[in-house]
This record gives sequence, structure tokens and C-alpha cells, in this order.
Amino acid sequence: MYSDKVMDHFKNPRNVGEIENPDGVGEVGNPVCGDIMKIFLKIENNIVTDAKFKTFGCGAAIASSSMATELVRGKTLEEAWEVSNRAVAEALEGLPPIKMHCSVLAEEGIHKAINDYRKKHSLPEWEEKNPHSHDHEEDLTCQH
Amino acid sequence: MGEKRIVYMDHSATTYVRSEVLAAMIPYYSEFFGNPSSIYSIARASKKAIDTAREQVAKALGAEPDEIYFTSGGSESDNWAIKGVAFANRKKGNHIITSKIEHHAVLHTCQYLEKEGFTVTYLPVDQYGLVDPGELEKAITDKTILITIMYANNEIGTIEPITELGAIARRHKIYFHTDAVQVIGNLPVDVKTQNIDLLSLSAHKFYGPKGVGVLYIKKGVKIDNLIHGGGQERRRRAGTENIAGIVGLGKAIELATADIEGHNRKIRVLRDRLMKEILVKIPHSRLNGHPEKRLVGNINISFEFIEGESMLLWLDDEGICASTGSACTSGSLEPSHVLLATGLPVEISHGSLRLTLGDVNTEADVDFVLEVLPKVVSRLRDMSPLYQKSGKEGGCDVQ
Repeated sequence: MYSDKVMDHFKNPRNVGEIENPDGVGEVGNPVCGDIMKIFLKIENNIVTDAKFKTFGCGAAIASSSMATELVRGKTLEEAWEVSNRAVAEALEGLPPIKMHCSVLAEEGIHKAINDYRKKHSLPEWEEKNPHSHDHEEDLTCQH
Repeated sequence: MGEKRIVYMDHSATTYVRSEVLAAMIPYYSEFFGNPSSIYSIARASKKAIDTAREQVAKALGAEPDEIYFTSGGSESDNWAIKGVAFANRKKGNHIITSKIEHHAVLHTCQYLEKEGFTVTYLPVDQYGLVDPGELEKAITDKTILITIMYANNEIGTIEPITELGAIARRHKIYFHTDAVQVIGNLPVDVKTQNIDLLSLSAHKFYGPKGVGVLYIKKGVKIDNLIHGGGQERRRRAGTENIAGIVGLGKAIELATADIEGHNRKIRVLRDRLMKEILVKIPHSRLNGHPEKRLVGNINISFEFIEGESMLLWLDDEGICASTGSACTSGSLEPSHVLLATGLPVEISHGSLRLTLGDVNTEADVDFVLEVLPKVVSRLRDMSPLYQKSGKEGGCDVQ
């Protein structure tokens, strides 16, 4: 049911773990729904120099966290903010429809970590452009 | 490179077909393919084979051959029993009693009937998944026409007090149906002494083929047909018979019920060791279901802080076939209704693993699972933010 890319990122997840003294942390999800992602970012001169994650969840949740942290590394904060759930899913060569919410969680986790950094630096938090629209047509996100 | 080792521990999902069963079936695909309703000799041979299978099933259940009806499997049998009795007895009442932990073939059928004007009581279960006979008695009204409670649960293996529940139904003169799909070959069945009016079973759970099952209907039970058409199965179930499948079911049930205790003894030893050692070796694990009143091959354990699907993917990578009550494999986002009904918290339900042992399993299989599973659980816990948060890192072994 999963692409080879998803299985690769599930079995050999990149960037697992925590960053000591992170500049931004974002935790999203809910154990009741079966997935939680915690994203840690190291940010220097507006560049994401390191990204790590810890995830409780299914294969797609782990692979999405791995891919999302890969995608934002080396990017400016503005570029990292633009990494969408669709970009994460596409980089994974697709996710089953019922697992799309895993890529949504990854995007939200990155956003939350970036805003955590901005808050700490007294910068205005960025707003989600389309709050919830990225939950895409079939909104299968856990309602708990 | 040798072939990848496969350790199959998902016998409650389905079993392989025994070679003796397959051998019995093959002539009915090639040589004796005739339609049993036809008059020539090859058709008579297929008709005779169906009669033999019917006798084999009747013997295994303590029933009469003319109380055995072949179907396409457990789901059809459940649908027929429930809808058939409900619609045929509508004038008497519109109330059905079942439990919260039934298979979806029962639950969704009951939900359908609710839309058709029936009312359904879903009995709760205790922490082990047991239905309380007292609760059943209390739920009965003068409108109750059917009680349907599974003999043993497919996920947690809990064996319900069927004889007692059947006796209550009998006392109140209410039809009693049981889904015994998980039970054949694992527990003795005697429909007469157990007060069972209708019983569903499916061949592929006891080393028979898929796509064939039985509904036992006690003589005199008022039930409508489900499948309308030709006059097969004494005008009760239309459709040209799945002859080879029926022959396979007959042979499989004969073999499965020949020596239930002998079969159980071997599996119980393996199961008990695997179950006990998982609980000892892996901290923050808990057994779901009843410690003793459980199907002989069944293990269902929850591991805190991790999610079931990722566990299954890693086990599959090692060649171990298992299943989970986590939402993520069921196509929905809700975890198992059975685990939730036992009061297990939702987040822990996501981390459940079901291993169901069967005839093929060996001591070496148990050793292999005991070697692989702790590593898989600890790998996933290492990347779980919940594990860290709980302050339980390093695992204070509380078992």
C-alpha cells in the first residue's frame, strides 16, 4: 500500500531525535488520533540549519516527518514555511488518501516550530494561509 | 541467499487450506463439476458429495443434517440469521439484543435493521470482554425477537458464556444466534445442549477454503430467505452450490473437530510461553482479553507509546504476519471497537498487537518473535515523543 519512498523513509528515517537547545519546537497531533509529531528546528541567520523529529504514529506519519525535516533543511524560514503537505506527499511518491492527514501534520508541525521561533524573537507569528484547506477534499483528520 | 522466513501468526484472519482438504476438493472442479440440480451421473456425484459434507457439519455441531445450510461464508451467515429472523418475526416484536464487541458482519447488520424500524440493545462487556448474563436478562423485553452474541471474539479471543446466554434465551422463548466463526476446531460445540438456535461458521478459519460457510438453523425456527432465486438448499438459499468449497468445508470440519484437545494442547504451550515472555520482556505492555477464558491461539497485547501499524510494518519486514487494533490499518481513523468496549484508553488501543497461533507454528517461531518484537517496540519507542514525556524512559519494568 505504500510507495518504496515511503517505506525507505519509514525504515530508515532521516533526522530522528531531538536538537539540544532548539530555536523552534512544534508539537502537533493527538495520541487519541494515533499520531503526534514533534519537530525541532535549529535556525541561524534565518536559515534552517538543522531539523529533527520525534513521532508517534503509523508508517506514513514517520515517513512524512522524515521527509518534511529533509525538505526544510538549508532553507530560509520563508522557504521552509512554503513547504506544503502536498510537497511532502509528492516527495514521498504519494500517500494513500486516508494517510494524507499525516503529511498535513508534518506541514503543521514545521509551521508551529517556525512560529515558536518567531515568537521567541518577538516577531509576529505567520498565519496559516488557508487554515484547514490543506486538509484537502476528503477531510479524514481525526475529530478528537 | 535462502528464502525469507515467514512466521505466520494471523490464523484468526485466515488459515491455509490443509492438503487433505485440497485433495478432497480437486475432483469437484474437474471430474464431478456437474450442477447438482441436473439429472446425469456426474451431477449425482456432486449432489452426493454435498450430502456427505452436510453430515460432516451436522456431526461436528451436534445437529441434524437438514439443519445445515451452506452459504458463502461467515458474513452471509450472520446477515441471513439476523435479517432473516428479524423480518420473519416482525409481527411478534422489533427488538434485538447483541453485544458491543461483535464482528462488523453482526454490528453493521443490526445498524441496518435500526434504519428499518428495529431497535437494538448493544450489551456492554467487562474489562475482559465478557458479556454479563444478568445484563442480558435485564435487556429482554416483550418485544425481543432475537439475541445474537458471538461465541468467542476474533480480536481479543474472549470466550463468552454461550451455554448460559443460550439458556436465558430459551427460558424467554427468544431465538438465540451465535457467530462461532472463531470457534470451530478450538472449542467443542453442541447446539442442542448449548441452546443454540442459529450458528454461523466459515471454512477458512479452520484450514478449509475461503468463500464457503454454514448457517445452522434449528428445525422450526421462523426465518426469511436472504438470497432469493432457485430452489437450492431445500428452497432456503438460492444459487448453484459451491460444490468443491462445500466438500472442502466438510472435510476441514471433520479434521478440525476430530481431536480438539490434542490440537489445543500443542498450541496452548506455544501461546502461553509467547504471551508470558512478551509481557515480561517488554515493559509497559498489557494483555487484552481474559487471562484464561480465551481462544487457544490468541494473544492480544497493547504496547504503550507506539502505534500498531508501524509495528506491523517492521514485523512484516522480518517476515512476521500479525495484525493490530489500531485505526491505521482498518481504513478508518477509530481504533478497534472491541478494545474500546473493554475500556482500554484510545491511545493505548492504537498500540495493540494481535498474534494468533495455529497448526503451523513451532517453538522456533516463538523464539523468533521473542527476538524480533522487543527490538521493534524499542525502536519505535525511541522515536516516540510520548515515551519521553511519560518519564518512563529506560523502562522501569513493572510487569
